[in-house]
Amino acid sequence: MKVYCLSEDPNKPCFVIKLKSVTIMLDCGLSAHSVLNFLPLYPIPDWKPNKAAAWIPKNFSDPQIEGELNECMTNQVLVNSAPEFMTPLTKLVDFADIDVILVSNYMTMLALPFITENTGFKGVVYMTEPTLHIGKLFLEELVDFVEQSPKPNVAKYWKEILHLLPPPLCNSFKPHTWKQLYSLAQVNSSLTRVQMISYDQKIEITGALTVTAVSSGYCLGSSNWVIYLESKKLVYVSNTSTLTTHPRPMDQVNLKNADLMLLSSLTQAPAANPDSMLGELCLSVAVTLRNNGSVLIPCYPSGVVYDLFECLSSHLDSTALGQIPMYFISPVAHSSLEYSNILAEWLSQSKQNKVYFPEEPFPHAQLVKSGRLKHFKHVYTDDLWNDLRQPCVVFCGHPSLRFGDVVHFVEYWGTNPQNTIIFTEPEFPYLEALAPFQPLSMKAMHCPIDTSMNFTQANKMIKDLKPAVLILPECYAIPPAGFGHKNEFVIDQVDRKVLTIKRGEVISEKLDIKTVNVPFTTEMVVSVTLNELQSGLKASKFTAVLDTKDNKYKLDILRDDLLANKTTEPYLLETLFKKTYEWGQLDIDRFLRALTNEGVSDPKIEHNTHGYTIHLKSEDTLIQVDDKSTHIFCEKMDKNWRLKLRSIVMECLNSF
Amino acid sequence: MNISNRIIVTPLGAGQDVGRSCILITIGNRNIMLDCGMHMGYQDERKFPDFSYITSDGNITDIIDCVIISHFHLDHCGALSYLTEHLGYHGPIYMTHPTKAIAPILLEDMRKHLVEYEEEAKYFTSSAIRDCMKKVTAVNLHEVVTVKEDIELKAYYAGHVLGAAMFYIKVGNDSVVYTGDFSMTPDRHLGAAWIDKCRPTLLITESTYATTIRDSKRCRERDFLKNVHECIDRGGKVLIPIFALGRAQELCILIDTYWDRMGLKVPVYFAAGLTEKANSYYKMFITWTNQKVRQTFVHRNMFDFKHIKPFDKTYMHNPGPMVVFATPGMLHAGLSLNIFKKWAPDEKNMLIVPGYCVSGTVGNKVLSGSKKIEAEPNKFIDVKMSVEYLSFSAHADGKGIIQLIKNCEPQNVLLVHGEEEKMKFLRAKIMQEFNINCYMPANGETVEIETANIHTFNMSTKLVKEILDDQSNNLGNGKRLVHGAFLLKNGSSNLNAMSVKDTFKELDIQRHTLRFTCTVEIKESSTIQKTKTKLYNMLENNLPIFKNKLTMSDGSISLASILVTVEDSMDNNKKKIVISWANEDEPLGNHVLEMLQNMSKSD
Repeated sequence: MKVYCLSEDPNKPCFVIKLKSVTIMLDCGLSAHSVLNFLPLYPIPDWKPNKAAAWIPKNFSDPQIEGELNECMTNQVLVNSAPEFMTPLTKLVDFADIDVILVSNYMTMLALPFITENTGFKGVVYMTEPTLHIGKLFLEELVDFVEQSPKPNVAKYWKEILHLLPPPLCNSFKPHTWKQLYSLAQVNSSLTRVQMISYDQKIEITGALTVTAVSSGYCLGSSNWVIYLESKKLVYVSNTSTLTTHPRPMDQVNLKNADLMLLSSLTQAPAANPDSMLGELCLSVAVTLRNNGSVLIPCYPSGVVYDLFECLSSHLDSTALGQIPMYFISPVAHSSLEYSNILAEWLSQSKQNKVYFPEEPFPHAQLVKSGRLKHFKHVYTDDLWNDLRQPCVVFCGHPSLRFGDVVHFVEYWGTNPQNTIIFTEPEFPYLEALAPFQPLSMKAMHCPIDTSMNFTQANKMIKDLKPAVLILPECYAIPPAGFGHKNEFVIDQVDRKVLTIKRGEVISEKLDIKTVNVPFTTEMVVSVTLNELQSGLKASKFTAVLDTKDNKYKLDILRDDLLANKTTEPYLLETLFKKTYEWGQLDIDRFLRALTNEGVSDPKIEHNTHGYTIHLKSEDTLIQVDDKSTHIFCEKMDKNWRLKLRSIVMECLNSF
Repeated sequence: MNISNRIIVTPLGAGQDVGRSCILITIGNRNIMLDCGMHMGYQDERKFPDFSYITSDGNITDIIDCVIISHFHLDHCGALSYLTEHLGYHGPIYMTHPTKAIAPILLEDMRKHLVEYEEEAKYFTSSAIRDCMKKVTAVNLHEVVTVKEDIELKAYYAGHVLGAAMFYIKVGNDSVVYTGDFSMTPDRHLGAAWIDKCRPTLLITESTYATTIRDSKRCRERDFLKNVHECIDRGGKVLIPIFALGRAQELCILIDTYWDRMGLKVPVYFAAGLTEKANSYYKMFITWTNQKVRQTFVHRNMFDFKHIKPFDKTYMHNPGPMVVFATPGMLHAGLSLNIFKKWAPDEKNMLIVPGYCVSGTVGNKVLSGSKKIEAEPNKFIDVKMSVEYLSFSAHADGKGIIQLIKNCEPQNVLLVHGEEEKMKFLRAKIMQEFNINCYMPANGETVEIETANIHTFNMSTKLVKEILDDQSNNLGNGKRLVHGAFLLKNGSSNLNAMSVKDTFKELDIQRHTLRFTCTVEIKESSTIQKTKTKLYNMLENNLPIFKNKLTMSDGSISLASILVTVEDSMDNNKKKIVISWANEDEPLGNHVLEMLQNMSKSD
């Protein structure tokens, strides 16, 4: 088998594995880190503060670069263009060859339209029902954010003069491969290729292998994958959480004792404990509100935000701030809240049990009913401004602060030192995210909450699950910069074969499948007679028919009608049926006796270095015999004689 | 090695009958109970499946390995709490999430009716129902659940009612699909049943409407609305006895949209106080409804009704027209029966029965034309109201059952949940159309089905590759001719298959090659090379089947183990042909030799 790595960010994974004749893509994450290099898109077009001035490199003049670059107050240089994203590598694997894409969760599918549209892709995409519903919301929200403030210009020239640009722009990773976002039509077309599956459902792929999604505990419908190929078991571990939050808990049992494990998507905030971060967040929200300030929480439209609603509302209740309204602003906010209440099967036991009463599984349904949590599509809707009461808490996207309604709120509330912006998504460095908005009076807090496994949890899991071979993103084998040589931020490389992989690399790993399990028909079972040829070893030759239809094997006896259309000539049938396999040494005494019995009276035996030669002069025949072979040179043109001789020789040999 | 296994099926209920579905199957030494229902038509011991069949053998949990409930209708789950709380079954029980949510409500509803009307309601306490449901494991569609290591279960969508499932059960090589009740056509809120080509050994299917080919749903909907509308126009009251959950939601959608469209003001009530709660279930399990309802739920939830209001008992005495949905559906007890008693004597009123009524119930009696009903002992009611039966109960008709058989390709079919005469008709049809066995046991009657026991062996991947690479063994249609050997090591249960060459290696014995070499002289004056080409062409033409094994090199022509070389003869006009072959190719070698001899003779 071969493993290809198509993404440079292990948290936006994209791998391809080729197994037997099947090509499988594992996840297709979209890295949005590149968008930090672009100017923010303002959701309200005529409300655009201009803090950034045009910029060109010193001692450089080329009209092509004009208008492409701006410098913000922190001296950071940003590109004035529609934002661009880092997509999975296209050169390593032809997307037209992909048979299936397995999508682990809605966070790791955001590059899907780049893979399936206009690439010749003909395969099937498998994901769970929540991944499809919520993933669709993520894709739609992203498209909405970018399309609501269209940029007429596409800056390209800056990529040619990267060496003249200041950091961090000059450190951009392969900006030529960055792409503008897909359209809504492409999103919809892409999603028509999706087939929904359940956890623990066995999906056969071209008859050659079986794939099963198992719960990974990270978010609604999130999965890890188990791939069976004959007796071999491969597992792919994507975002996985061992913490107790709202999703169904992780299933470890099915991942045990794999022949190979591919690991990706560990926490992006290895130094932060999600629980204590959540505690800190609640505290500073309460402090800000009490000081009459409002709180802005950049977020994605599903996932941790549900836990934030739940924890924050109960914390505010307990601190007498229960009357403070919360606003959830996203083009898909309503859908997200509605969907969260109809996916009970995919929730933790305690949330699942609620629907039996019947009550909504998430407390936010009640918060919406009581009017404490309000949802709006956009920041520019009048409804919102008629309703908005400060102090309040606003949840909105996008966490990069480069597009979406959050851009407006950062500008709008940024001048007030009583307000606080709290970053919970660990994906973007918060200071870099805030750079174009500086100077800001609003306080900024960093409380990264990533429920994915940390390195300690991952090491423990690997130890428990005992995969024979482990494949890791290269960066998990090296302590991250800024954390010194702390071993708590690397994956142990003991007890098993560990291979590392990075973007653009291919690993070949021999699976060494020695046998395949094949059923045989009743008639075939009956036809087998085993003979003990060696002590403890029984054997039997067979001539049979292997049915190989749909890559599924089955052994049956050779039925006459099968050959009927091939041949009716008896010699061919005999050739096909009557095989014998001789072994051991020729019993020479028995042979000579048998010859005498047949009336051959003049055998002349000559010994030589290997064996002996027997002349049968009267029959015009010479027989060379050694330990391993008997060779009959029969000059006499008499078939009966030759066949008689043949049966005599065969009687004096072992055969099966 | 056992050549065959058996699947044993014994219906304890629903054998040539509708009601108290309970079918015992034995598959690969595992005993599984399919449904555990109650018969609504009886008040005596016939209400329950005949559990004495199993309980007489001892502890029921030791005997039954698991219980599967197909959907929440009481004739499929009504006896479950009796099984667990009275008979003490404490093994695993499986049903879908919506069934797990809704079944206890219907059980509770039934309990109330029983308590009202019967002495022996002691098995049915609210806590018994709660305790029973705690023992239930909920499953998702298509999820493969493994029970006790060797039982595999998988649920498929069955339509019929919210959460209804067909179950695929596999133990070893044998498998059973149990349909429960299913519907092959989508309706206003549910989708159609779906199953893949899972080729079960046995399909156990319901056959309620075995002989009916049903008219289109639209017609029935139109008739229903027409009847309702005419009745209220003449100032009558419409009673629709119905289960609180299931068909009720479909008809409520129908009435609600009709009232909206026609601007009707006549009150519509839904009794039992279940409406809001029931609709909440539908809202939260919206993923189990049909495509249209699912796609629009964010903006408009179909189960938020505008015109349908909760019913109060006192309303039944109100004057003027009204439409009332009341439980239970078969008029065997409770509110619907009370309203019926009150309204039946007035000919302006109308009873619309939208579902199946099992024999013995008031509903069944009214539908079969009785004009005097003994609703209580010695108390007769004159039925003057008009009575309509419009079957909305979503069961597959004969066509649908045939379609399901086509979809899943079973090796045997067994009919349950239907009437004997209708079953006979369908059985004949199935046996004729599919040429497979079809059974229809009565309650307590056992059917044994012999099944082939599939054995497997381990074939070396090397041999598989050799076979696939060699085109000469291709028999067409994916079939390949294989020569090889089985090898069994003492103490191992795995039979291995490999090439003959590898078998010798494994056995550590020396193969002995037996070869023959013969010489033939033919008349041929051309060069050795030309003679060889001529022979090659002859072999190619005469033995097309071995075409791929035929090769010609500088020295010789070879075909499998056969070697043919051409030498000059003493006579310039002749060539000496030497042919040699290994014993395993004797027939072929001899055949080539004879071909050459014929050439020599014909010269």
